Amino acid sequence: MYNWDFYTVLQSFDLFLHGIWTTFLYTLGSVVLGVIIGLAACFARLSRFATLRIVARSYQELFRCTPLLVQILWAYYALPMLLGVSISNTTAGLLTLSLYVGSFYAEIFRGGINAIDKGQREAAAAIGMSGAQAMRRIILPQAVKKMLPAFINQSVIQVKNTSLLYAISVAELTYMTSVVNSETYRPLEAYSLAAVMYFVMLFPLTQVADHFERRMRRSD
Amino acid sequence: MTNKQPAIAVRGLTKSFGKLDVLKGIDLDLMPGEVLGLIGPSGSGKSTLIRCLNMMETPTGGKILFRGRAVSTRFRGTGDTIGMGELRRNVGMVFQHFNLFPHLSVLDNITEGPRVVLRQPRAEAEAVAMDLLAQVGLADKARAYPAHLSGGQKQRVAIARSLAMKPEVLLLDEVTSALDPELVGEVLAVIRRLADEGMTMVLVTHEMGFAADVASRVIFMEQGRIAEEGSPEDILRNPKSERLRGFLSRFHA
Repeated sequence: MYNWDFYTVLQSFDLFLHGIWTTFLYTLGSVVLGVIIGLAACFARLSRFATLRIVARSYQELFRCTPLLVQILWAYYALPMLLGVSISNTTAGLLTLSLYVGSFYAEIFRGGINAIDKGQREAAAAIGMSGAQAMRRIILPQAVKKMLPAFINQSVIQVKNTSLLYAISVAELTYMTSVVNSETYRPLEAYSLAAVMYFVMLFPLTQVADHFERRMRRSD
Repeated sequence: MTNKQPAIAVRGLTKSFGKLDVLKGIDLDLMPGEVLGLIGPSGSGKSTLIRCLNMMETPTGGKILFRGRAVSTRFRGTGDTIGMGELRRNVGMVFQHFNLFPHLSVLDNITEGPRVVLRQPRAEAEAVAMDLLAQVGLADKARAYPAHLSGGQKQRVAIARSLAMKPEVLLLDEVTSALDPELVGEVLAVIRRLADEGMTMVLVTHEMGFAADVASRVIFMEQGRIAEEGSPEDILRNPKSERLRGFLSRFHA
């Protein structure tokens, strides 16, 4: 029978806290940057200029069709060799996470916009609105509601994806758990605790996503 | 303003969708105060024609002139051309499927154009909107959302939304086709009154009786061309061509 000993592990609670805080910062940073990148890519995909469409599409497919871990390792170990400058693990990590989630956000945004009936755009045009006015006043307010559940779900995945930064020694929750483990030799307690912490952070978010999804179905 | 100049003039208008030629050379003058009825079998091009009048469809060839100025395919006009934006501020359109903005209340649907496009202050736009709602008999629905209205009510709000821009011309594209039969009358009554007030209108319709009643001129379209035109009397009561007779016979059961 295994003798559970959470006490030893909890001695290092400040290390966990540091990990949670770092995970939070990387999530927040990459979600904010990802939204900006995603919006840019989304509007590029909807643009009438073929070059913009092709560039955005290439970016999206590149990041969607390669594993995030490979991207992180590539940005940290390979990219500096190409550029001839060193890149910190913070920069490599944040940049990769942002570009990765941005490629998915772009698709979520585009899907939301395309889901709006074209009659809405026509009605806005018919009262003299410009394309930008119609987008801002008529299309986006309706599209955001449709995007919200998928956006939150993708962001939940993003919190979990920060754990891959473990591979380049970013001091997020998973990395800090490994530190606790190496100090206490209590992997069962340490990793169980880490899992519980992720769960406590993410469970409320998935509930929010479900709430919006139910509300959306009702208003349809 | 002189009544000699057409509100909208169409010259040699063609429109193709890929290999399909939908409009094959349309010439048309819409005079101020005129109510023009467009009739014809489906696929005859009448909806495409009315949608070209406010550049909802971009013509393949030919010209649209608004008050004598050629309409540009760009939002802003250049020099002697008028942009699509200015055209649409002056030429309203009501759609078959209403296309109300579902995230806005009835009142906000109507004030959106005046406030955003014409930059009217909210209070002024709302006063005009309430007046228009009263005219279409929906003053009590100002705070309601489109989802809570019947089809006939939605369409009356859509008409009020167009009128709030104070357009010179109103385009009505099969505005009763999506309505339950018992709701058609309330919408037609509103259009009837606009016609009496001298509103310049183009209406694509399947309501032959209404076209006869309200239109000052009727155009029968077939295969992308104007096949016959004249007064409602001439077109609907004394059709010349075999095709028009055939078309009309399907409406007189």
